[in-house]
Amino acid sequence: MKGSRAARSTIALKLLMAVSGLLFIGFTVGHMYGNLKAFSGEEAFNEYAHHLRELGEPMLPYEGFLWIVRVGLLAAIIVHIACAFVLWQRAAKARPVKYVAKKNRGSSLSSRTMRWGGITLLLFIVWHLLNFTIVKVNPSNGSTGDDNPYQLVVDTFDTPWMTVIYLLAMVALGFHLHHGTFSSLQTLGFTNTASSRARARAAGWVIAIVIAGGFTLVPLSVLVGIIEK
Amino acid sequence: MNLTLNIWRQTGPDDKGGIHTYQLSGISPDMSFLEMLDVLNEQLNEKGEEPIAFDSDCREGICGMCSLMINGEAHGPEVTTTCQLHMRSFSDGDTITIEPWRAEPFPVIKDLVVDRGAFDRIIQAGGFISANTGSAPEANSVPAPRDKAMRAFNVATCIGCGGCVAACPNGSASLFLGAKITHLGELPQGQPERYTRVVDMVGQHDHEGFGGCTNIGECAAACPKEIPLDVISQLNKDLRTALKQGL
Repeated sequence: MKGSRAARSTIALKLLMAVSGLLFIGFTVGHMYGNLKAFSGEEAFNEYAHHLRELGEPMLPYEGFLWIVRVGLLAAIIVHIACAFVLWQRAAKARPVKYVAKKNRGSSLSSRTMRWGGITLLLFIVWHLLNFTIVKVNPSNGSTGDDNPYQLVVDTFDTPWMTVIYLLAMVALGFHLHHGTFSSLQTLGFTNTASSRARARAAGWVIAIVIAGGFTLVPLSVLVGIIEK
Repeated sequence: MNLTLNIWRQTGPDDKGGIHTYQLSGISPDMSFLEMLDVLNEQLNEKGEEPIAFDSDCREGICGMCSLMINGEAHGPEVTTTCQLHMRSFSDGDTITIEPWRAEPFPVIKDLVVDRGAFDRIIQAGGFISANTGSAPEANSVPAPRDKAMRAFNVATCIGCGGCVAACPNGSASLFLGAKITHLGELPQGQPERYTRVVDMVGQHDHEGFGGCTNIGECAAACPKEIPLDVISQLNKDLRTALKQGL
């Protein structure tokens, strides 16, 4: 169509989703690495948490680095969600009459659950922030504040229903990452051959298993008593 | 073979339409799917009922005219066009549900016939190369690297049937678009208009009301010409380059 602009196309929205999604993958890798510090004991874990706040000092103020990351992630999530909803709406409009019978022949379960899985993850993020960052949902009634994150972790995952929420969320995260990793590489145009496409699919598996699996280790270890106070 | 057919009937674009059930017996497994529908239509004609409208032309699997969503699969269970699908792919006593392609840019004209003019308009927007008329140029005057030529030829097999759109849960025509972009973009003749082409064709695609791609791969699995998913990557890459060029 004459007057078309690349920046106004559906593919531009997908590119925004791909780039913001890759930022989340980078963030979750770092976050998971930090969580695994719980295996080094209370002191090491709390020291790591403290260092995160001091990172970049004296060039940055106290917690400066943390706030840069937070603002960046907030911007990325707004872009990611806004584009997702615009594309979701377009897709719904593109097929107003549904099929009586429809079979799935070439798509993975993870690729078909991106939208509802994404909403699940959004709800989880809100819950997770209330739990660990804002510390409003505290299983031990405030005796472990943000001055001792290690105790908060152990208290949280000593509560079975809390552990269940986190484990379910990690299943959702694994699904989202499995298709999201491949999809972002495809959207960025890095999968122009059969072999690069296979590598991108493999990357999806690796990222999903490493990140979701790595996150899962801590709550499971608390549950079975490997990590304790 | 005896079959129960659930077929979408719709008298015109404004009719609401619905599924009608027909019983059909004495079908040979060697008949093509469209011949099976021809038999049904002959019986309907004899009874004085309105025959079922469906698209077909060459019946050789090369023109892209036939369509049909068969038991929830575009062009049915085999990797081929509906005209090349044979009744031996089904069993005696089967119930077969037949629906038209479903997409907002593919409005139903009648029964199983949809208007695929949106694809023509996407091609008109940029799916061509500009060449001076006159006698054909010397074929070897513009060398094309073999791997690029092979890729172009492989994706040029797209017949524009719309099966990718029909199979896509987002109603996206990205596989069709990708096939055309890759086909023309791999060859030297396609270079001058390469990046304006992708912007114009994607713009037309979006304007027609097709959805965005979520890379799930239903299109490539349904494609009777086995166009691979990597043409969508190529499409995205070319659009990204156009974006960088400020187009």
